[in-house]
Amino acid sequence: MSSADLTSERDLPQRETATEGDVAPEHDGPRDTGMDDASLHRWLARAWRTPPGIIGALSSVDHKVIARRYLITAFIFLCLGGLNAVAMRIQLSGPQRGLIGPDLYNQLFTMHGVTMMFLFAVPIVQATGIYLVPLMVGTRNIAFPRLNAFGYWVYLSGGVFAWVSFLLNMAPDVGWFAYVPLSGPEFSPGKRADVWAQMITYTEVSSLAVAVATIVTVFKQRAPGMSLDKIPLYVWALLVTSFVVVFAMPAVMITSTFLILDRLVGTHIFNPAEGGDALLFQHLFWFFGHPEVYIIFLPATGMVSSIIPAFARRPAFGHLGLVLSLIAVGFLSFGLWVHHMFATGLPKLGASFFTASSMLIAIPNGLQIFCWLATLWDGRPVIRTPLLFVFGFFFIFVIGGLTGVMLASVPLDLQVHDTYFVVAHFHYVLIGGSVFPLLGAAYFWFPKITGRMMSERLGRWHFWLAFIGFNVAFFPMHLVGLWGMPRRVYTYPAELGWGNINLLISAGAVLFFLSFVLFTFNLLHGVLKGVPAGDNPWDAGTLEWATSSPPPSYNFTRIPIVTNVEPLWAERDALPVATGLRVDVRELLISTVAEAHPDIREKSATPSIWPLLAAIAVGGTFLYSIFTPWAVVWGAVPIAVTLVGWFWPKGDPEDEE
Amino acid sequence: MKRLASTGFGTACVLFLQGCSGWQSALDPKGPAASELAWLIWFFTALCAVIWVLVMIALAAPLLMRPRTRSEPLALDAGADHRKLRVIVIAVGLTAAIVVGLTLLSFFANRTLAAIGSDAALTIRVTGHQWWWEVRYEDATPSRILTTANEIHIPAGEPVRLLLTSTDVIHSFWIPSLAGKLDLIPGHINVLDIRADKPGVYRGQCAEFCGAQHANMGTFIIAEPRAKFDAWWNDQLQPAGPPTNGEAKNGADLFLKRPCVMCHRIGGTPAGGTVAPDLTHVASRQTIAAGTLMMSRGNLAAWIADPQGVKPGSHMPVVELNGDELNAIVAYLEGLK
Repeated sequence: MSSADLTSERDLPQRETATEGDVAPEHDGPRDTGMDDASLHRWLARAWRTPPGIIGALSSVDHKVIARRYLITAFIFLCLGGLNAVAMRIQLSGPQRGLIGPDLYNQLFTMHGVTMMFLFAVPIVQATGIYLVPLMVGTRNIAFPRLNAFGYWVYLSGGVFAWVSFLLNMAPDVGWFAYVPLSGPEFSPGKRADVWAQMITYTEVSSLAVAVATIVTVFKQRAPGMSLDKIPLYVWALLVTSFVVVFAMPAVMITSTFLILDRLVGTHIFNPAEGGDALLFQHLFWFFGHPEVYIIFLPATGMVSSIIPAFARRPAFGHLGLVLSLIAVGFLSFGLWVHHMFATGLPKLGASFFTASSMLIAIPNGLQIFCWLATLWDGRPVIRTPLLFVFGFFFIFVIGGLTGVMLASVPLDLQVHDTYFVVAHFHYVLIGGSVFPLLGAAYFWFPKITGRMMSERLGRWHFWLAFIGFNVAFFPMHLVGLWGMPRRVYTYPAELGWGNINLLISAGAVLFFLSFVLFTFNLLHGVLKGVPAGDNPWDAGTLEWATSSPPPSYNFTRIPIVTNVEPLWAERDALPVATGLRVDVRELLISTVAEAHPDIREKSATPSIWPLLAAIAVGGTFLYSIFTPWAVVWGAVPIAVTLVGWFWPKGDPEDEE
Repeated sequence: MKRLASTGFGTACVLFLQGCSGWQSALDPKGPAASELAWLIWFFTALCAVIWVLVMIALAAPLLMRPRTRSEPLALDAGADHRKLRVIVIAVGLTAAIVVGLTLLSFFANRTLAAIGSDAALTIRVTGHQWWWEVRYEDATPSRILTTANEIHIPAGEPVRLLLTSTDVIHSFWIPSLAGKLDLIPGHINVLDIRADKPGVYRGQCAEFCGAQHANMGTFIIAEPRAKFDAWWNDQLQPAGPPTNGEAKNGADLFLKRPCVMCHRIGGTPAGGTVAPDLTHVASRQTIAAGTLMMSRGNLAAWIADPQGVKPGSHMPVVELNGDELNAIVAYLEGLK
């Protein structure tokens, strides 16, 4: 692709520009048609660069720059959440240990949950998507790039807000689920539960922004020829995830807003004494909470679907089946929230329905596993670190999935619900199902992002340390849960005999944490001293490997034309490319939803400081609203000002029309 | 990976044997509900283990194959892929069959559980408080209604109906060796039927996070032969006995003069507070502060002198007492058998 083969260049059928040159020459500038690579690079680099200086950096709307910030921020939150976990494990390493009291412990496990779910897992899978989706679909930037930048700033302010409140000893202490009435005004005086409620709202705003940008990018910005059946599985996974985000996140925003209304305004939505209902909170929360698991898991399946073909040296087996299971899982994920509430005493028949639906989701997930295994069955795959982590994923996630089947059974769940068995289950699902693929993905795409390879030797050490540490830490939790140890206890009596096994768990947790220290070292080592990677170090087949590593600000010199689901394997010599885009301004090729026929040329937003200012205004409003409901009124003014600035017409001919 | 798995399994077995003697274990059932559930847990576990091993074999298989020789990733063997498709269709079919089977199994297990308490003669209302359990024995005769705390005596071998509710936050009642858990939710009443096959003491604790002292909200089911249970009930209905010596008498006076009386009830005295556990027969209980400390003179003194040290965040306030006053109150409470 880099040295574009002009013979395979195809002109775009351009609806919008059919008459250009005659009617509105002032709308037009130089195009890439027939331009040589060197001058094309000069033009595009000028049009797509992020401006210099601090203001320039803060104004950036480049999806790769934003994604890198997201990834680094989420990784820092992962480390902080991990430190929370280590602190908790030290306290629990023996019975009646007095290291951490209940007040701090309850903040620790709440912050651990909140950080891992809202500040690490969802942002990092979305961030990976922000980086990779535009590259994989062959476009120059994500859709709505300013909204994307705004999303990052809101996320950052929400995360910093939560952790500053932890440092001020006012972090939420009511669990990441913050059930009422415990989190209500009567039983949680002070501001801790308000911090929970508003932090949720912040991060979900950001998550929704990314989801919308991802959906539009996938639907409208795919390279010509990338019809629905040729969309890479990773992109499908992100698309389905984004839809799940769009339907699930509002439920939790409503929950947290109702809660803050109860706490701040004096409504009684959740107050049983005044006709409200405590269980309503749980229904709303888990209507979001269960899809949340799939928001974290589905992108990871996309990563697995990218890594396995590269090392098995063949396209994924059952592409259509994998896509359909993604969609099926996305739909079904909304039909099983009640299995988090079996112990609340719901009518038995209704609960049994949710047993059936929860078990049902095992079928599409099983299909995915079978397809991946079948992809690997063509002969011994090339074992590199990313694939090792995928093997770890199978080992761990399948256990988590099977214990999930156990939890779906109402009677069985009544014994293990809210015990360490459940803690073991969801760590097997989330760490096995998402973190291991993410680590594999880190090794896999690190060369694309930095242009350098991570150390393979350290990578293997890292894998075994993480794999052993994880299993030592979490497998025994199944047992201690069955022996009667509930979750969220800051201590336990010696007579119950849980001491030794908890010590083993704590030792495993420390090992697992150390594996991340090693990972961090390998990352830094890779950035500073890694071997240069080249464009396509794994000889993989999807479009992100067609451009240089790291990719230029404009991603692709020429927009590729896609003929196969693994375009780089199908077109070994050079990718066919489309031409006709302007090079002096930021212009994207917009294609049709199903067939990805080139449709129109569209401007992409230029760098702007307004998203940051708008995020500051929104963040300030949320922060202020912890203290008074009037914040919503007063905060509307700066928000309006920043939005007016953001959307002020630029005098562009396109705007005038 | 296989070696590792077997080492892990060995460790698990050792740990398992060590913990099986627990009196708060779902794997050590002492009643029909817990037995049914333990059977279900073992059945699911065995089936899941078999499935997991099969998947791991399928995963390990390619590692033993020859490296693939094909250099062109898109040149696929159509015949091999067709065979794989057949295997996948069978595997998905089996998954569906297993899932349907397990759904039916849990449905019928649920029906079995629901039938356990259908003819319960005894009804006990359990109300959750931060962080203790109020236990009220219901009876058609008002004078036989009995209120106590944290320890629930039941007749062994008979089904007992528990009505679960809460006046503050959500708690969850869980005695693993007798039955699964059920939440105590303000504004709702949940019904849990339990039966202990044999006399014994079965420990449980709150299973839904309920605030600072969620960890120290234990409870005990004490199953006794019917005659012993009836005798216990009759004893508990009696008002508190008068203090037997000078120190205890002093303690009784102090109890009424100090803030203790604001929250606690002692039958037969003017103390009638209901926001904290009923102390009429406190010394007949085995533990203090919902399973936090064993009942003893020293522990009673420790609890009264420093409740925030023993159970930080609990609603029991620190009452300023000098050494003599503390001893007097402890002497009085110790006599409330």
